[in-house]
Amino acid sequence: MILQTHDLWRTFGGVAAVSGINFNLKKGELRCLIGANGAGKSTFFKMLTGQIKPTSGRITLFGKDVTNLPSHAIARMGVGVKTQVPNLFNGLSVRENLFMSAQRVMGRKPALEAVDAMLEKIHMTAHAQTLAGKLAHGHRQWVELGMILISGPQLVLLDEPAAGMTAGEVERTIALLNELRGQRTFIIVEHDMHFIRRIAEKVTVFHRGRVLVEDTMEAVVRNTEVRDAYLGQHGKEAR
Amino acid sequence: MCEVKSPGFWWAAIVALALVFGIPLFAETYTLYTLTVFAIMAVLALSLGLVWGVGGILALGQSAFFGIGAYVYALIAVNMGDSTWALAASVLMPVCVAALLGYFTFFGRISDVYFAVISLTIPLILLSLINSASGPAYQFGKAHLGGYNGIPGVPPLNNPFDLSDVLGFDGMYYASALVLVAVYLVLRILVRSRFGRVVAAVRENELRAELLGYDVRYYKLGVFCIGAAIAGLAGALYAAWGASVGPTAFSLSFSAQIVIWVLLGGMGTLLGPILGCFVVQALSTWLGSASGVSPEIALGLLFIAAVLLVPSGIVPSIQQHLRRRRPAGLVSKETP
Repeated sequence: MILQTHDLWRTFGGVAAVSGINFNLKKGELRCLIGANGAGKSTFFKMLTGQIKPTSGRITLFGKDVTNLPSHAIARMGVGVKTQVPNLFNGLSVRENLFMSAQRVMGRKPALEAVDAMLEKIHMTAHAQTLAGKLAHGHRQWVELGMILISGPQLVLLDEPAAGMTAGEVERTIALLNELRGQRTFIIVEHDMHFIRRIAEKVTVFHRGRVLVEDTMEAVVRNTEVRDAYLGQHGKEAR
Repeated sequence: MCEVKSPGFWWAAIVALALVFGIPLFAETYTLYTLTVFAIMAVLALSLGLVWGVGGILALGQSAFFGIGAYVYALIAVNMGDSTWALAASVLMPVCVAALLGYFTFFGRISDVYFAVISLTIPLILLSLINSASGPAYQFGKAHLGGYNGIPGVPPLNNPFDLSDVLGFDGMYYASALVLVAVYLVLRILVRSRFGRVVAAVRENELRAELLGYDVRYYKLGVFCIGAAIAGLAGALYAAWGASVGPTAFSLSFSAQIVIWVLLGGMGTLLGPILGCFVVQALSTWLGSASGVSPEIALGLLFIAAVLLVPSGIVPSIQQHLRRRRPAGLVSKETP
């Protein structure tokens, strides 16, 4: 297992956002997390990345206990994180954003080469000198994705990677994820059921801070508990 | 591209040195005397320009490090009669204080606003302490803290190998101006280095920098300590220039003045704080000599006008204007 959580809890002022989650992820797996707003996905995500400390429980990453490690230490272990709202260096150009990520893991010259290659991969060469703060939302998503992938992380956590993208951009994201499938391990939080259906192998459904179901997409869609709890609003489109 | 390999760096160095050595050919002794203190204050402005403008850390109490540097220089130079060790200690002591303060605030994850307030309390505490340090208990060897009156008779800078060879007005001008040029050029290199880029990235988005694997606490601490060292150096030069130090170095109005220099000149640039400092200092000097005009009111009005007309500061506004006028074909493919 590349990632395991053991009875993970997080409470905010007596309210449990995450209640006793046991989660296992194999190397090379692409796992989607779904659930209604407030189901605990983002809190779980933030605990995995060290942004929030769990109230109790344990997180094991690559066989090491990372429960109380800060975000930068977890990132250095080979974890790339795309946050729900694109988190870029707005005052820096697209090229500089990518370079900031690349220069942490490689020398200057290979980093510059990697930046050029990544610009092409994410179709942003024409915007290389544009300030990240001036980009459209879809482009910002791509730049953030590029920043994560350029450092070659083993585990990639993507929080709503397709949000705000055009249909064409969503297609390209799906193609990119399918291309990287097996080479890296992914956890993807997403609401767009079309998107999930195109990429998901296994889906974990969160509900009220707990794991409701963990199964293939087809089985999840058929599950009555899931339909009652979450897919009522998304079920039609998923089917 | 590495900063020292860029033509812009060398052009800046040549122009700066030409100014430093060219001005004395035309200027009178009094002008040089005034320019010396402008240069010293510009070094102080650069320290906040780095910490706040580049690093995004609003250190409202940057004057604390200036004052510490000045007092440490005065105490050691008066006792030893030699400026060499005094100068070194005036740089080191503010770094130690900054490291201590920075450790508890940055590693304690104190938010930016709280940090600004905490940093402002440091010079105010020191002001209160120094003001009350006038009794015989505050005698340190040959030097006495002197309370409200400060320490008089501070020795000037001297040749490290010949204590009798001390700097006069001209020598002090060259020393201060060259220190300003050196600090400016070193900071240019620092800002374009890997460390400087990460510092700027942390200013832009701390969470993203953290999620990329940078320990932002060390970068913030590092830039804060470098800023303190520069401010301490400026303080020592000020004490050597004026032959005295007083508690006004820790005053609230002086702390605010440094912020105004940086804001007026332009955040995020190194030339901006220097220019802002020179403009405000020159105006203060001129208004001080002109009768019937209150310098404080005039400077206040200037500051309000500047905020309304050039909100990003003088230098960034000029840069934006030049960028708009530049033909599209001349826009270079900059490398980080």
